[in-house]
Amino acid sequence: MTENKLVEVQHLKQHFPVKSDKLFEKKVVKAVDDISFYIDKGETLGLVGESGCGKTTAGRTLLRLYEPTAGRIIYDGKDITHVNMLPYRRKMQIVFQDPYASLDPRMTVGDIVGEAIDIHHLAANAKERRDRIVELLSLVGLNTEHANRYPHEFSGGQRQRVGIARALAVNPEFIVCDEPISALDVSIQAQVINMFEELQERMGLTYLFIAHNLSVVKHISNRIGVMYLGKLVELADSYEVTFHSVHPYTRSLISAIPVADPEISRSTRRIVLQGDVPSPVNPPSGCRFRTRCPYADALCAEKEPEFLEVSSGHFAACHHLDRVK
Amino acid sequence: MNEYLVDIQNERLSFFTPAGEVKALNDVSLYVREGEVLGIVGESGSGKSVTAYSLMGLTPHPGRLVGGDLYFNGHHINRMSEREMRKIRGNEVSIIFQDPMTSLNPVYTIGNQIREVILLHTDKNKRQANERARELLRLVGINEPDKRLKQYPHELSGGMRQRVMIAIALACEPKLLIADEPTTALDVTIQAQILELMMDLKKQLGMAIILITHDLGVVAGRCDRIAVMYGGKVVECGTTDEIFYHPAHEYTKGLLLSVPNMNDRERKRLVPIEGSPVDMLNPPAGCPFAPRCRSCMKICLGAMPDYTPLSDDHYSACWLLDKAKFESRGGAQA
Repeated sequence: MTENKLVEVQHLKQHFPVKSDKLFEKKVVKAVDDISFYIDKGETLGLVGESGCGKTTAGRTLLRLYEPTAGRIIYDGKDITHVNMLPYRRKMQIVFQDPYASLDPRMTVGDIVGEAIDIHHLAANAKERRDRIVELLSLVGLNTEHANRYPHEFSGGQRQRVGIARALAVNPEFIVCDEPISALDVSIQAQVINMFEELQERMGLTYLFIAHNLSVVKHISNRIGVMYLGKLVELADSYEVTFHSVHPYTRSLISAIPVADPEISRSTRRIVLQGDVPSPVNPPSGCRFRTRCPYADALCAEKEPEFLEVSSGHFAACHHLDRVK
Repeated sequence: MNEYLVDIQNERLSFFTPAGEVKALNDVSLYVREGEVLGIVGESGSGKSVTAYSLMGLTPHPGRLVGGDLYFNGHHINRMSEREMRKIRGNEVSIIFQDPMTSLNPVYTIGNQIREVILLHTDKNKRQANERARELLRLVGINEPDKRLKQYPHELSGGMRQRVMIAIALACEPKLLIADEPTTALDVTIQAQILELMMDLKKQLGMAIILITHDLGVVAGRCDRIAVMYGGKVVECGTTDEIFYHPAHEYTKGLLLSVPNMNDRERKRLVPIEGSPVDMLNPPAGCPFAPRCRSCMKICLGAMPDYTPLSDDHYSACWLLDKAKFESRGGAQA
């Protein structure tokens, strides 16, 4: 199994300093606090969680767009926590959430896609560069004439395609997809999801797919990690997570998802969580979910639960797994 | 005089932009019965919000009603003056907006904003209004109402703010509550709380609700009827079960197939709707969905089909339905 791992993070931490009321007092937001996971070659790992749970930060830290506070990042067997990232940028790419903000409005689509080719010297001459751009655009379902247009001339779905073409320009092995479809219309989302799947099959890509929509993540991922306030609370095969989840947070998250089927929707009893997500500046002691958990007791406030393997390949962090039903 | 609480007849509304006339609503007809929950589903730009706003006389500039009639609770909305409109807005009909961060005034306390509605529409004095505000906060499930009344919107979380919005909307016990994507800006677990709360309050107070959303899951278990909008038209309308289990319009069918289902045991490829949403500046001549439709025929590109009634509440506008009707009448050889 070990040689199959493409990306691995060990005890990754990412803390951001925040302003404090008191002089000289140091305050930090623990956006990602000690998470570990790996992604196999050709696999899709989904990361889900509510806003502010650290899923995007985890993805960006993994690419070292932020310097990690602690922990190790291993890519293809090599520790890349402190190395020069330039050679790795060719292998690891990212598709951002907002296709309106992530494309430079003053560059043509051809140049946006071509920039990566220039930086990594992937084309010998202008003709080769142009051919490569055309090839990339057709790969994501756009055509030649689109290369001379500007981002504002495109719809949201088309812009996201440009963002994907840009990520593919360097022939990467691994792509972090950071909420790539949440800014798109429903009827367009399915087009983009299918495209991700087709590209994976054709090019053998490995994905870290970050989203808050569990039904989409479940559809595209082989395994799913569920995050809450900077911690992984459950990680397992996507089938296991959806149908045999063990952590109370995952349970409530699944039951809160609106199901597009009236009969199922009427008959299921929802576990409605009380209260809001606490601030990550002052997370609760012990288990971070305890303030909203129906099973919480004194132990949960005292001791942080360990992230343990409950069955083969299924991890969860909870003191009361035997009581959760 | 009218059996429906809301009756929109052939509404046409356009935005007169420098680039040309945008026909945001093209012959929209809808009705809502008393105490009923109607879901309006559609993509951005389909006209779902514009329909609801026009009902409150809140059409933003440069939009203008160009045709049709709007009736609400015995009022003929499009013949009313702004002054008359003000009397019913917030009183008989009120609205919850999508983004609770921007729809509350940041420089006034929560209490101030709830009391404003009560003082405007009832003859309660300040002290009674305050009492009512406290009662409303308790109704929407906010603890320590006395403390909250003195707080400003930035001191509350997103879910809390949406609860305050609901409290304001319900202050005068309206007959109709319009909820415009009330949970789109919220996290799933908070979304569940807010939707649950809205349905509980509906049971207690008995008002009708128009629930606008792009998420089919949100309307599935909660609405009595659903209207599906596309390109400024209601393409299909029916009871929730009819829409989900017997969809008649190609767009509705496509929409249902394109969302991943949590309860699917195996991995299936999604069936997307190809193409991109209609360009409202240059809409197609016939059916707005025709350029993306898999069963598009010649006639679809040239003319808009009429509604075909399918049951008491179910109707849809698609040439395929006309064709089916025509063939069943034995006219196939023609």
